[in-house]
Amino acid sequence: MSEVRNPVEPFLRMDRMPHIWCPGCGIGTTVNCFTRALIESKVDLDHVTIVSGIGCTGRVAGYVKLDSFHTTHGRAIPFATGLKLANPKLNVIVYSGDGDLSAIGGNHLIHAARRNIDLKIVCVNNLIYAMTGGQTAPTTPNDAVTSTAPYGSYEPAFNLPHLVEAAGAVYVARWTTYHVRQLARSMQEAFAKKGFSFIEVLSPCPTLYQRRNKLGDGLETMKYYKEKSKVRNGAPTSEVGLTMQGEIIVGKFVDRDRPDYRELMRHRLAETLGDRYVECEELVCS
Amino acid sequence: MRGKWGIMAKGAVKIVVERCKACGFCVEFCPTKVLALSSAFNSKGYHPPHVVATEKCSGCDLCGMYCPDFAIFGYRQPQPQATPNKETADAR
Ligand SMILES: Cc1ncc(C[n+]2csc(CCOP(=O)(O)OP(=O)(O)O)c2C)c(N)n1
Ligand code: SF4
Ligand code: SF4
Ligand code: SF4
Ligand SMILES: [Mg+2]
Repeated sequence: MSEVRNPVEPFLRMDRMPHIWCPGCGIGTTVNCFTRALIESKVDLDHVTIVSGIGCTGRVAGYVKLDSFHTTHGRAIPFATGLKLANPKLNVIVYSGDGDLSAIGGNHLIHAARRNIDLKIVCVNNLIYAMTGGQTAPTTPNDAVTSTAPYGSYEPAFNLPHLVEAAGAVYVARWTTYHVRQLARSMQEAFAKKGFSFIEVLSPCPTLYQRRNKLGDGLETMKYYKEKSKVRNGAPTSEVGLTMQGEIIVGKFVDRDRPDYRELMRHRLAETLGDRYVECEELVCS
Repeated sequence: MRGKWGIMAKGAVKIVVERCKACGFCVEFCPTKVLALSSAFNSKGYHPPHVVATEKCSGCDLCGMYCPDFAIFGYRQPQPQATPNKETADAR
């Protein structure tokens, strides 16, 4: 039989396999969905760039065989913003963790959404800072035990879809690693969408989140996702906050259009400078 | 590939046992229960999946989409041409 190949392999640096992710970690599953979305959307791979911050999820940038940046902690969005402004032809995807994007990188997140920078954000939410030992993150639900909250977390958590919608995101969806086909479809939609798109993916961290909370392994969590998720496309994001082991509202919540940062900038410059404003196409590397 | 009822399986899987970390996602979420974790070990001490119901595999590749370790994937078998088999040809 002629050699059939795993469809994910052409997108990975196979010499770096096996990866560092633990058994039952969901990050690899999100990568499968991402590659299926790339295949289906037929985007030009020479114009795709992946930017990650630091964390277990941040490792994605090092494993994909695409142009990628593994940036400093929390700064994936600023790097990505620079890339996109310097080379608007690029399809820039930010692939990072909940802590990286919403804690140390939280301000970058809301301001990129406010400015409607044309970036596609994949936020792998394992409810914790995994790589550094399972500390409380802004996403950690009330009552969850973490390495920095041994008696259970009592801080109110961010509802990420609500946060980014309020800040101005044009596309907002949430899925879990159980929803592989839906996630791949959402990623495809985000690739085609102009403006700040945000996809939250709930993903098991059996080693640090589930274990400390006696929630079993990755498979147990996948079964929980399957049982407790409700698809509600268009649900008001104010109603999709997460609770510990509670119901998970998933779906596409926001899909709207407004001018992106570059459009606004060009409009203002052309209006002010008239003929003196010349687009410098040669600066845009191909 | 013929299953136990002589049905031509529409799909098949490929498993790279050494890459598997035995999370069980593929086994649990295969819609037709084609897979089970085997009792054999790989060199890291994990029990990789093996096929227990070949004929039920549709090649849908859900196992491939779930596998966080890129250790399994499903694909559709090229369907054989509808050539009449010997008996039917003889009966003509
Ligand atoms: C400036 C800076 N502060 C802190 C750290 C330590 N650090 C590394 S990863 C991380 C948190 C990662 O959490 P998250 O983004 O949720 O990724 P995960 O590992 O959960 O996928 C922290 C605090 C760092 N690398 N750099
Ligand atoms: S620590 Fe958690 S998030 Fe990091 S690789 Fe292990 S399971 Fe995945
Ligand atoms: S390809 Fe589909 S039917 Fe075949 S083993 Fe994988 S999940 Fe099951
Ligand atoms: S999903 Fe992958 S890693 Fe998990 S048991 Fe199946 S083959 Fe092994
Ligand atoms: Mg995290």
